[in-house]
Amino acid sequence: MDLSSIQPGLLIASLMVAATPILIAALGEMVVERAGVLNLGVEGMMITGAVCGFVVAVQTGSPLFGFAAAAGGGAALALIFGLLTQMALANQVASGLALTLFGLGLSALLGQSYLGVRPPSTARLDIPVLGDIPGLGAVLFAHDWMVYFGLFLTLAVWAFLRHTRAGLILRAVGENAEAAHALGYKVVRVRLLAILFGGACAGLGGAYLSLVRVPQWTEGMTSGAGWIALALVVFASWRAGRVLMGAYLFGGMTVLQLNLQAAGVAIPVEYLSMSPYLVTILVLVIMSARRNQAPGDLGRTFHSAR
Amino acid sequence: MVRLERRAKPSALWAVLAPLVAVLITMCAGGILFAVLGKDPFEAIATIFWEPLFGEFAEFYRPQLLVKGGPLVLIAIGLSLGFRAGVWNIGAEGQYIVGALCGAGVALAAYPAEHALLFPAMILAGLAGGWAWAMIPALLKWRFGASEILVSLMLVYVAERLLKAMSLGVMKNPDGMGFPGSRNLQDYPSAHNAEIFADTGLHWGVVAALIAVIASYVLLSRHVLGFHIRLSGQAPRAARFAGVSPGRLMLFCMGVSGALAGAAGLFEVAGPAGQIGISFNAGYGFTAIIVAFLGRLHPVGIALAGALMALTYIGGEIAQGDLGLPAAAIQLFQGMLLFFLLAVDVLTHFRLQFARKGTM
Amino acid sequence: MYYPLPPRPCSANRDYPRQTTAIRETRVTEPLLRISGVTKTYPGVIANEDVSLDIHSGEVHALLGENGAGKSTLVKMIYGLIRPDSGGMQMNGAPFTPTQPRAARAAGVGMVFQHFSLFDALSVAENVALGMEDPPRQRDLAARIQDVSQAYGLPLDPHRIVGDLSAGERQRVEIIRCLLQDPRLLIMDEPTSVLTPQEVDILFQTLRKLTDEGVAILYISHKLEEIRSLCERATILRRGRVVGQCVPRDSSAREMAEMMVGSSFAAPARTRRDLGDVALEVRALSLPPAHAFGTALRDISFAVRRGEVLGLGGVAGNGQDELLAAISGERRAARDMVHLSGDPIGHLGPAARRGKGLLTVPEERLGHAAAPDMSLTENAVVTGAQRRALVQRGFVQWGTARRFAEEIIAQFDVRTPGPDSAARALSGGNLQKFVIGREVLQAPNVLVVNQPTWGVDAAAAAAIRQALLDLAADGVAVICISQDLDELMELSDRFGALNEGRLSALRATDALSVEEIGLMMGGAHGMVMAHV
Repeated sequence: MDLSSIQPGLLIASLMVAATPILIAALGEMVVERAGVLNLGVEGMMITGAVCGFVVAVQTGSPLFGFAAAAGGGAALALIFGLLTQMALANQVASGLALTLFGLGLSALLGQSYLGVRPPSTARLDIPVLGDIPGLGAVLFAHDWMVYFGLFLTLAVWAFLRHTRAGLILRAVGENAEAAHALGYKVVRVRLLAILFGGACAGLGGAYLSLVRVPQWTEGMTSGAGWIALALVVFASWRAGRVLMGAYLFGGMTVLQLNLQAAGVAIPVEYLSMSPYLVTILVLVIMSARRNQAPGDLGRTFHSAR
Repeated sequence: MVRLERRAKPSALWAVLAPLVAVLITMCAGGILFAVLGKDPFEAIATIFWEPLFGEFAEFYRPQLLVKGGPLVLIAIGLSLGFRAGVWNIGAEGQYIVGALCGAGVALAAYPAEHALLFPAMILAGLAGGWAWAMIPALLKWRFGASEILVSLMLVYVAERLLKAMSLGVMKNPDGMGFPGSRNLQDYPSAHNAEIFADTGLHWGVVAALIAVIASYVLLSRHVLGFHIRLSGQAPRAARFAGVSPGRLMLFCMGVSGALAGAAGLFEVAGPAGQIGISFNAGYGFTAIIVAFLGRLHPVGIALAGALMALTYIGGEIAQGDLGLPAAAIQLFQGMLLFFLLAVDVLTHFRLQFARKGTM
Repeated sequence: MYYPLPPRPCSANRDYPRQTTAIRETRVTEPLLRISGVTKTYPGVIANEDVSLDIHSGEVHALLGENGAGKSTLVKMIYGLIRPDSGGMQMNGAPFTPTQPRAARAAGVGMVFQHFSLFDALSVAENVALGMEDPPRQRDLAARIQDVSQAYGLPLDPHRIVGDLSAGERQRVEIIRCLLQDPRLLIMDEPTSVLTPQEVDILFQTLRKLTDEGVAILYISHKLEEIRSLCERATILRRGRVVGQCVPRDSSAREMAEMMVGSSFAAPARTRRDLGDVALEVRALSLPPAHAFGTALRDISFAVRRGEVLGLGGVAGNGQDELLAAISGERRAARDMVHLSGDPIGHLGPAARRGKGLLTVPEERLGHAAAPDMSLTENAVVTGAQRRALVQRGFVQWGTARRFAEEIIAQFDVRTPGPDSAARALSGGNLQKFVIGREVLQAPNVLVVNQPTWGVDAAAAAAIRQALLDLAADGVAVICISQDLDELMELSDRFGALNEGRLSALRATDALSVEEIGLMMGGAHGMVMAHV
């Protein structure tokens, strides 16, 4: 066992990479939940995004097209959920589960001839000057562009919810759909848009796994990342800044655990790899015991009767 | 423009019709899917739904219907109680694994002693294992309000890794020449969940599933506990007003669903699967969610839905061999079924109203 | 003051539309809003049929009618939430067909809702911004909110979270939201149901200031005295049709009530009763709030005797639901905080308390007192399990339960096809008769009801009140929690009011004046008169 092989600098650099997929997916889900909709299909949308992104990136040779396709794939799957829950007024929990089961099957089918293929690599965004700072530069400012996109998205979602009228309307719809309807806001339309955004984000997060983090396509490769993203939203009390914090915490856990495996700690790999899930449970327990800050109408079906 | 008008009372007709319509739509959509994959859609559908029952080798396939349907129904019955009460245990897959581990653990610890009470002891261990694994999310929900959905699901991943650790470690067959996996319980008479009548597929797990169906039917339609379960799901405040303790009811529903999933795991590991191995779990815990909904959370419906789902498993395998249909296509097919069911289900509670001039 | 009607104070007749034609000819100015021949039907229900009425600038026009008479359908059409099937509206002589609330607001229509239009987790300023077309920046908006609230005597801090406000303050948020839009027509739906008498006076001052500025107010209510003191004209709806129009000041409450209801009812008969022993006693009951925006109960003590009706008033949201939950056992308290016939029962759950004869009826019919999608038979089991032996050795006796449901239906005149009907399918009045009958027929020792006639038509309300009085005459202790002061005065022997989770001292009802009642309810809650 050689713990000295774990370098703090590299740890931080790789935790930023490890955190990015769940960060993006969780931001999307947070917006959905802020609109009052609980979409449990994040895992299914993520893996669909992973396979769509992978297939298109391999076919076109362009990771950019890959990510675009992943967002489209995730959003398409989300649209099914949206139609079911907003138009057909189906139970959100059941529909979300259906989405995950469906997504797992769909992705396995789409990806079956891409097993073992290597995707084109995603460009690194070396930030000039900052990236040249010794030590810190390589750690913070020499990642692929999706890492920065994740940070930008955090800021954008925060600003949208806090400072724009559209963000206020979205929060109002999630807080009390009846009241928003009485004031003349289109509850179903707002929710559908939020659901599509959430799907696109989950798709991007999934593609980041298959195109950058792994990078490879294997069946069921998200292995619970979507569920962790869901837990992250609770952890963050539905706030963008805290989603970032939580994602980095989880990223850190994952990376540390992988590093410990590599360093040959005397705990079997199987037990070490349980840790992200156990930490998720622990965090859920701690956060849930506090005052409930969930949006008022979260998970409730809205039907304008008259 | 079509709009939905809430029915004064849920339609009894559509409650029965919805699953049937959903199956029909899924067959059509599945046919399109198979056509896109370059297979003859009619042949593929016939292979999945006809071949296992009435085809050339039906003799061989029919028993499989019970083998696959048994665990699905057993798990789904447990889940349906919770779903009715608004308790979302979606980690049955994990409880299934832990039940199998506990049951097999008892057998492996006793090996090679033969005793008539070994198998009953294993069943108890299986029930207890699944129950205990379900109690983790239940207690965390009860004490801290943590979402049982997320916690029970996280525990599936933990259980999968536990399964791997066990098949590579403590439970590994010492005579297995280094291969992962435990001893084969089929070769251990006291522990073997053998078929009750040869070549029928009828093992104790199927019997347990039947008992569960009947017990759940009586519970829901006659017993006050079943009434409280239904009341809690439909109107939680009214249930509290009636004197139901939501916490205790949740613990009960989680416990029963966990125990039944654990028992299903035990019957599987001691019977058809035979041993603990890395890929022991086959997704029954998740498919059972589809079975529960497809069966309208009604015991009889679940028994029928379990049979149908078992059919798609077996038919899918045949189609895989005969037509080269990818395994994932069947998984997708099952997922679609749940989608269409949820969509058609709207007609149970609402009627379509074709908007006239002036309405919004 | 100009009265658009002939001297006859009340006109209840069919040729009303012709009269409006006559009025228009004599009027110098056009009405602000003219509604002509509006009809709106839903499957099986005619919500509005050929409704016509004029509203003029500077008047307070009352829209009067029972629950289900079609008042809210009509105002939803004016506010653009619903479109009429036929008929039309004109605003200042130009066609007015709002397809959504935004269009209505742009035309100068503002609406203060009775329920469902505020967002608990958002601030006052954010709530106001959501009701405006083109809100200024948050900081400027906060300043304008403060200006308007000063000018109209509606003090409000724009940065507070709405969920923490009292019912009266929440109404101010709605009113200010409308005023910031410079409305020409303000619709107010039952605005005084959340106010104390003192607060009502202040609200009326504010409304008069608005009418002086030329704003028209469409005032929806079923409280006749209130309409007589505030409104210049009243239009009365019954079963979706206009059945009459009158000048409230010149009409008696009785005349208006008869038009509204269509027939007259005998007022419940109250007989002198001898009070028995103390049946229920609450001692220093304190409970923390159950959820983020709930009310804490603080040191509540009272006792009710057999044969007595205790009326508990108070503005909504001051602890009524919490008190009922603490008495029913849905929320447990310390053992000694609640005593039934001398035994401590504060630690027991609802079923055990029911077994001892303490029965309750919560305010919310659908979802709390009854499960909407369950049949009446099943709903009979919800509370009847113990006392009517509907559950034996753990098994539900469905035959007995069905007979119990049939008994309730027969004795309380519940209009329904039968015990298999879902609770949701019943009208508010019929379901209320069912849930009250369900408890009355279980021979309670103590019956506690919350808002027994809320949203119930007059016939059903009269029947329910009579049933409560009969129960008291039989020696049952009855507690009636209500926001309808008239009801409490009619029913109760003693009166107390809840205010911010505290209970006032109890007083004999017959010696109380409206001012005293208002002060018991918390007075004006810091409101000040409008700067007229």
